[in-house]
Amino acid sequence: MQATRTKPLDFYNIDEFFTPEQRQIRDTVREFVDERVLPIIDDAWMEGRFPSEIVAELAALGVFGPTLPEEYGCAGLDNIAYGLIMQELERGDSGLRSFASVQGSLVMYPIYSFGSEEQRRRWLPALASGEKFGCFGLTEPDYGSNPAGMLTRARRKGDGWVLNGSKMWITNGSRADVAVVWAKTDDGDESSVRGFLVERGMRGFTARDQKGKHSLRASDTSELAFTDVELPADAILPKSGGLKSPLMCLTQARYGIAWGALGAAIACFEQALEYSKTREVFGAPLGAKQIQQERLAEMLTEITKGQLLAYHLGRLKDAGVATPQQVSLAKRNNVDIACDVARKCRRMLGANGILAEYNPMRHMANLESVYTYEGTHDVHALILGQALTGFNAF
Amino acid sequence: MKIVVTVKLVPDTNADKRIDPGTKRLVRTGIETVLNPFDEYAIEAALQLKEKRNDGSTVTIFTMAPETGKEIVRKALAMGADDAVMLSDPKLEGSDVAGTSYAMAAALKKVGYDLLLCGTQSTDAITGEVPGMLAEYLGVPGLTYVRKLESDGELLKAQRETETGYIDVAVKPPVLISVTKSINEPRYPSLKGIMGAKKKEIKSLALSDLGLERAVGSDGAKTEVIALASPDVRGKGKVVTVADGAEGASAIVDFLKEKKLI
Repeated sequence: MQATRTKPLDFYNIDEFFTPEQRQIRDTVREFVDERVLPIIDDAWMEGRFPSEIVAELAALGVFGPTLPEEYGCAGLDNIAYGLIMQELERGDSGLRSFASVQGSLVMYPIYSFGSEEQRRRWLPALASGEKFGCFGLTEPDYGSNPAGMLTRARRKGDGWVLNGSKMWITNGSRADVAVVWAKTDDGDESSVRGFLVERGMRGFTARDQKGKHSLRASDTSELAFTDVELPADAILPKSGGLKSPLMCLTQARYGIAWGALGAAIACFEQALEYSKTREVFGAPLGAKQIQQERLAEMLTEITKGQLLAYHLGRLKDAGVATPQQVSLAKRNNVDIACDVARKCRRMLGANGILAEYNPMRHMANLESVYTYEGTHDVHALILGQALTGFNAF
Repeated sequence: MKIVVTVKLVPDTNADKRIDPGTKRLVRTGIETVLNPFDEYAIEAALQLKEKRNDGSTVTIFTMAPETGKEIVRKALAMGADDAVMLSDPKLEGSDVAGTSYAMAAALKKVGYDLLLCGTQSTDAITGEVPGMLAEYLGVPGLTYVRKLESDGELLKAQRETETGYIDVAVKPPVLISVTKSINEPRYPSLKGIMGAKKKEIKSLALSDLGLERAVGSDGAKTEVIALASPDVRGKGKVVTVADGAEGASAIVDFLKEKKLI
């Protein structure tokens, strides 16, 4: 039922600058999240379970790889529409947005950008329709912020390759039909890094879920292991070359996160605001207290600044001029303020704030992962520092 | 089969509604407009029929609304309808149910249809009278409150809800059918559908295209709103505190007995 939607938080009337299609896309995903995600997400999170029951509907909506061309079964959307989709999904849960980010930005994007036409035709329509799922393997147990040190190797054997190594912190790893795995093809520097499509069921390839997470509990996080996995010649992504290729994928995903984190912040803010109007303390609503009003004003200000940042970054990206450094700034800022907002909201809710029926603590815990993955907060500071000074401080 | 779905644009069901004391009409400006939720079921029924028949059947959205309502019509197109027709004319403002149905019927005759699908009612005025009147003006059978609809060769098989059960009816088009909320679960427009809707045609019709024989709008209204009042505010319910379920059950039984309901 489309008529029961809630208006998005929009203090600066940014809505006016969106096209009717962008607004409609945002509202459609918003309704989906309200009706299908919010009723089940608290339980799924507490149970530590990815809500796979909604995946078919998500695919039917078209949220996987929506910016890729229609000829591959995608929607051909612009980047602002993509950002709005990520915002609304993360208003539901960071795990859900992560699922879509990985499928679209980290699996479909590299197959589209670095794959052969045969690889595109084989995988993209199946990944867009949710018939197949993918994961992205770059991070290793000992190489997170420093992927150039990766130990995973793909060595030539006849026409094909033999893959050895392991990857860690891989979203969707255990349910993936195809893993985009980054490996060095010799023992030299990062220029030998290439992407490979490793399929589920290949001999020597295993995926195991990592347990005991206090964050992203409604999302699968896995460890991938490759022991003498024999890959055919056409498993390599032919146009990939050097560490730059996976970093280009990360720039896509980080862009989505800059929007997504706002969704989580808005979800917390709206709940705390509502609570402040109904909860009475010392004979007056919580929101009638100056100290709480200041908190609300601070949060509104930071969210609004983040929205303007995301919107303008989207415009730059659609114009084809956004730089990875600009994406770093937005990811860094918006995730950081979302962490702050979630924590403030958790506190505003008092004891109720620790309960699963209120969303801030779930978002707060999730956002700690978002703060850490796709380039930690500190890594993005170093990227910006290098852009400013020219000095590499890694 | 040419399927036409009539839809209405209504104020957001969540919005605070206001009546203009002068005209005694709902104030429609400054409120977000949405597709009448009941009409989504009619659109879904049309799309399912089209998909099932898979014989080149088409779905056209029809609405009587100001030109500004185009964005909402696109939403219906995004769900999968093929095209749309909008009847827009300032002279239609103030039409009552009879005037609305009369003008819509004239436009629908021009548009042409085999099956006309409607929602049972709108969420603004909630008269539920348009489907019946429309069938009358069009001179076609009107099957209202349909909860199941199937296509069987040349026939359409419909199940109508009644107060005590249901009636199975078979009918040969042209026909008007209004559907209830139990008929289906309306789909979300897909993101591809939203982008595709931009390219679909929305034709415009004005009163001058219809050659009406009587006035519509405020001048042609056969009914007049004399007075409006808000319902009394309901008091708080009676709260009974009990020790257990058994005590609670007997408290409910006592209450019902006292009211002579059992």
